[in-house]
Amino acid sequence: MYRIATKKVLNKSVTQMEIEAPLVANKAKAGQFIILRVDEEGERIPLTVAGTDKENKTVKIIFQTVGATTLKLAEKNEGEYISDFAGPLGTPTHTEGIKNVCIIGGGVGCAIAMPVAEEFKRLGADVTSIIGFRNKDLVILEEEFRNISDKLTVMTDDGSYATKGNVTQPLKEYLENGEKFDMIIAIGPVIMMKFVVETAKPYGTPVTVSMNPIMIDGTGMCGGCRLTLNQDGKKVTKFACVDGPDFNGYEVDFDEAMSRGRMYSDFEHHAYEKTCNLFKGGRENG
Amino acid sequence: MADMSPKKNPMPVQDPIVRAHNFDEVALGYSEETAMKEAMRCLDCKNMPCVSGCPVNIHIPAFIAKVREGDFEGAYEIISMSSSLPAVCGRVCPQENQCEKKCVRGIKGESVGIGRLERFVADWHNAHSEKEVTPPEYNGHKVAVVGSGPSGLACAGDLAKKGYKVTVFEALHTAGGVLVYGIPEFRLPKSIVAKEVETLKKYNVDIETNVIIGKTLTIDELFDMGYEAVFIGSGAGLPNFMGIPGESLKGVYSANEFLTRSNLMKAYKKDSDTPIMSGGKVAVVGGGNVAMDAARTALRLGAEKVYIVYRRSMEELPARKEEVEHAEEEGIIFKILTNPVEILGYNNPDNPRDEKNGFVTGMKCIEMELGEPDERGRRRPVEKQGSEFTMDIDTVIMSIGTSPNPLIKNTTKGLEVNNRGGIVVSEDGLTSREGVYAGGDAVTGAATVISAMGAGKTAAKAIDEAIKKKDVK
Repeated sequence: MYRIATKKVLNKSVTQMEIEAPLVANKAKAGQFIILRVDEEGERIPLTVAGTDKENKTVKIIFQTVGATTLKLAEKNEGEYISDFAGPLGTPTHTEGIKNVCIIGGGVGCAIAMPVAEEFKRLGADVTSIIGFRNKDLVILEEEFRNISDKLTVMTDDGSYATKGNVTQPLKEYLENGEKFDMIIAIGPVIMMKFVVETAKPYGTPVTVSMNPIMIDGTGMCGGCRLTLNQDGKKVTKFACVDGPDFNGYEVDFDEAMSRGRMYSDFEHHAYEKTCNLFKGGRENG
Repeated sequence: MADMSPKKNPMPVQDPIVRAHNFDEVALGYSEETAMKEAMRCLDCKNMPCVSGCPVNIHIPAFIAKVREGDFEGAYEIISMSSSLPAVCGRVCPQENQCEKKCVRGIKGESVGIGRLERFVADWHNAHSEKEVTPPEYNGHKVAVVGSGPSGLACAGDLAKKGYKVTVFEALHTAGGVLVYGIPEFRLPKSIVAKEVETLKKYNVDIETNVIIGKTLTIDELFDMGYEAVFIGSGAGLPNFMGIPGESLKGVYSANEFLTRSNLMKAYKKDSDTPIMSGGKVAVVGGGNVAMDAARTALRLGAEKVYIVYRRSMEELPARKEEVEHAEEEGIIFKILTNPVEILGYNNPDNPRDEKNGFVTGMKCIEMELGEPDERGRRRPVEKQGSEFTMDIDTVIMSIGTSPNPLIKNTTKGLEVNNRGGIVVSEDGLTSREGVYAGGDAVTGAATVISAMGAGKTAAKAIDEAIKKKDVK
């Protein structure tokens, strides 16, 4: 059993927790993920590590309530326990030789982008951050990003906060103005990562994307997290859990990844509704 | 005088029509009377050919003699001298290729039902024995075991019985490895695996779940923690795919994923939180035990029709004979001498947002015929030109083997692997690293439970000898 050391509600659908897991806290690096189960009958879900506290032996996770499991997790309180927490899995984000980096976070993807930006800052790189959200209510981690970024642009789709538009607009402006990033790292919805790649392409700037497909074991056994890369005209199958989650954005077949991500959307919706009803009455922000 | 009837006493089974819709165990096991009757068929041969067919060399005629006398606990004691998981092996060993293949009674008629007797003895013991396990005195040495599948449990069990303090590290949340995530309930009830694990715990074996060796801890860190030897039984790894178009469509699974969802993640239970495609027409590609398990699981989850698509003929099916027979009885359709060339998906050209887009609708296959034997003596299947046809399919399950998991190899300096990624070991399981042993699928690629167990036992013996040698110095 793993204790929830702290819990903080970041917005109505995004929650931050620190989980006591000494072995994972000792090892986890930016870009890696963990697998957790809330209770004995629960499913295994992957969540990216949003930071570690080596002193308190805790691992920070930030998650959006999208399905039954994340809803159950969000209902847990400080001091309560979850049944399983394993990791760190996946390969850490590549940082070597990168002196000028553009970090792009979309929605809850910012939770993953933040520790990556932090790591680059720690290594002394120039960090330009662009973070985007659907609307004002969904903005998270703005303060944290401001503290670790040399430049920060905040975008909202509907213009209810900061600049209206999506993250590719400021990226395009930077690139057009001759900004030479060694690397763009895009973390967020698959569609956003796809368009970041398309925006960067004419300028030849390398793009790393962080893929978050459906996973079960997370250890290189089930193959559910597979995605297709186009490498030198050849289609290659890779597994996000052991080969990723970071991939060269120019190689990823995003359309396929988006399609595969929707495999269980009907089921998820149904399970979410079921769990939601279970919690009815005890929940204000449904 | 031996009972000379040419056939085995039949195994009572659930009716195929009933069992095709439930996850309860198919084979029900012998009664005491039937077991004693079957034991009468053993000739008690002096040269014991059956023993040489058993990967862990169980003293088969000796335990059968005890069954014949009605001394079932005595029989159990004989089996457990050689096997750590008799209730498991009695159910999942391919006996027809091992002990029973060598049985003299098999020359004219059917061999003695050794597997059925082993299962009976183990179940009898589990149901009746009240003997308390007394762990031996701690010998002052610690050994780490990576993975709690058959090889890891066997290795841990043997070492614990010699007085070692053994810790088993398991990546998943439940101990048992393939016995839990891979083999379905109807063939191996999970309560039996849990019981075997409980027995090991009584021998002071610690099981640490949620620890991924190679990630959470490395092999080198295990030595730093005071373990004097490490056994790697991390099992098979990433599933293989055919490399044909359409394998990333929605509705295409690896057998590992499909079975893990159903078994470990309990999608087989009604009201489970785990989603799985159920119903419709299912094609399982491959002919091994895993393919049979996937096909029969799909059927039980409510599939209308389930096909096994296999490129060779019935003769070459690598699955256990009993599983093939059970599958046929349950109504699984065998499309043999058939190989998929493409998986077809739905695509609405007028509406890219159509929810059905990207789901499997069919599988294009080609007929095969058997040509010249390959290097292993199996006749090589070759395509019949122009014989392509399309099957109407909703779910495809690829069951064509696995490649070893890279996590340990990638984080362990000096650990030699072969060109397929399997860990290279000597005869007694020693790897290229001092004090590091390995066995099971991590070494051989996909194989059987009993051969993995055998490798775990061999390594346990070698580890014991190596540590004792150090003690003397």
